[in-house]
Amino acid sequence: MARWGSVQAPLGAGVPSSASAVPATTVISRHSALVRVTHWITTLCFLALLVSGVEIVISHPRFYWGETGNVLTTPLFQLPIPSSRALVPTGYGYVLPDQNGWSRYLHFQAAWVAVLTGLLYAIYGLFTGHFRKNVLPGKADLSWRRFSIAVANHLRFERPSEAEAWSYNVLQRLTYLFVIFVLFPLAIWTGLAMSPAFVSAVPATVTLLGGQQSARTIHFFVSLALLLFLLVHVVMVCLAGFRIRMRAMITGRTGAHMERI
Amino acid sequence: MTDLSRRKLIITGLAATAGVSGLGVAARIAQTYGLVPPDHGGIYGLGETLTYASQRLLTRHSLAREFPRSQISKPPLANEIPPLNEAFKRLQAGGFADWRLSVNGMVDRTASFSLAQLKSYPSRSQITQLVCEEGWSYIAEWIGVSLSDVLDVVGIHPQARYVVYFSIDPDWWESIDMADAMHPQTFLAYGMNGNELPVGNGGPLRMRLPRQLGYKSVKYITHLTVTDSLKGFGKGLGSASSEGGYAWYAGI
Repeated sequence: MARWGSVQAPLGAGVPSSASAVPATTVISRHSALVRVTHWITTLCFLALLVSGVEIVISHPRFYWGETGNVLTTPLFQLPIPSSRALVPTGYGYVLPDQNGWSRYLHFQAAWVAVLTGLLYAIYGLFTGHFRKNVLPGKADLSWRRFSIAVANHLRFERPSEAEAWSYNVLQRLTYLFVIFVLFPLAIWTGLAMSPAFVSAVPATVTLLGGQQSARTIHFFVSLALLLFLLVHVVMVCLAGFRIRMRAMITGRTGAHMERI
Repeated sequence: MTDLSRRKLIITGLAATAGVSGLGVAARIAQTYGLVPPDHGGIYGLGETLTYASQRLLTRHSLAREFPRSQISKPPLANEIPPLNEAFKRLQAGGFADWRLSVNGMVDRTASFSLAQLKSYPSRSQITQLVCEEGWSYIAEWIGVSLSDVLDVVGIHPQARYVVYFSIDPDWWESIDMADAMHPQTFLAYGMNGNELPVGNGGPLRMRLPRQLGYKSVKYITHLTVTDSLKGFGKGLGSASSEGGYAWYAGI
């Protein structure tokens, strides 16, 4: 029972575990105010980090492994894009304008806001049971059968059942768990590992990753993984009903009848 | 219901007042302890101040990582250098014998050092990484005199808060706070990998701050000024790079 409940269930004793028991006009609170506010702040920050991160990469679109790397070293790989610096041999006959000043300012400002917002969300999630109730998969969910059903439903692009309007299925739960507790922390860690001042105080941040350039390369791949998550997330929201899901994340309310609109 | 909304109003009001006065107190404390960077104005001021303040609290005395000799990058990268002006070329033609580093501002004795004089002070070396904000990096052995040794020779006033340093290229100047200026790894570097510092890497004299990104390690240093305020320099943002849109503090 509790597994299906949202954080704020104004209807009192839990939300029914099957959609058929819900009156067609029921309006329930899907997401708590804190989840909604932190969700949208994080969205803005992520977009700012993405745009500014792309700009920073353009100034040196080569990636290395280990401690050092520059135009005289063999790269691990190079992105087939032009660069904003003449120093980089890209094969393109032109150099893009340098945008690193504002990009770096914006990147770190957005990082601060994202980290502080994430901290607030994590504290809230731990103390209110949000992670336990809404994000950790239930014991029953962790069977191969439930898991393969969820995967098969996704592969068939099947619209989610009405019950899923109030709760996350096992695939969603595992994905969110991975994003919240693996990808975001890894992005922060690898980001800090590139700061020459921060690693002077905490050298293990970079030595554990195998060097400053390794940290930069991992940071790039973690960002790609987060971008992939964002794209799939938006596609799933559209498939599941863009209006109702947006309404749920903006106003906190969802109604079973909306699902069919 | 009215009770409830009144209580809500009072609590919100109290929280807002506490928040605003809390921010005010935080700003005062930050100013007093030198946790506010010169480029704290504008839309990115919040992020910059948080970065600089937390780095100052965390990394005031920490030492940049040093590497074994085997990890020195071969060959050392000499990245883009600005077109060197006539004054530089004249000094270069003379083997830099007439190169001078002048020091003034809040000092007991203004001074002008030749390279030979700088080399007569205890020579120090470090094998550290130079990281560019663009993303590339290299490791080299840097040989030079500690900036703090030079500052000890001229005697700095107790109210000094920044050291501003200038390249022979008039458009290239930077500044650092006293925590970085007195840091044992902050060098005026004149040698690299056992040899003279090549011109491509900033020779004959370059600032070297391994705890900040490369653009703070200004090449071709000719002049230092010790000051308690950055307001009188350029637009008051503390460096040519800040005026060009880059962060003044480059520890990240």
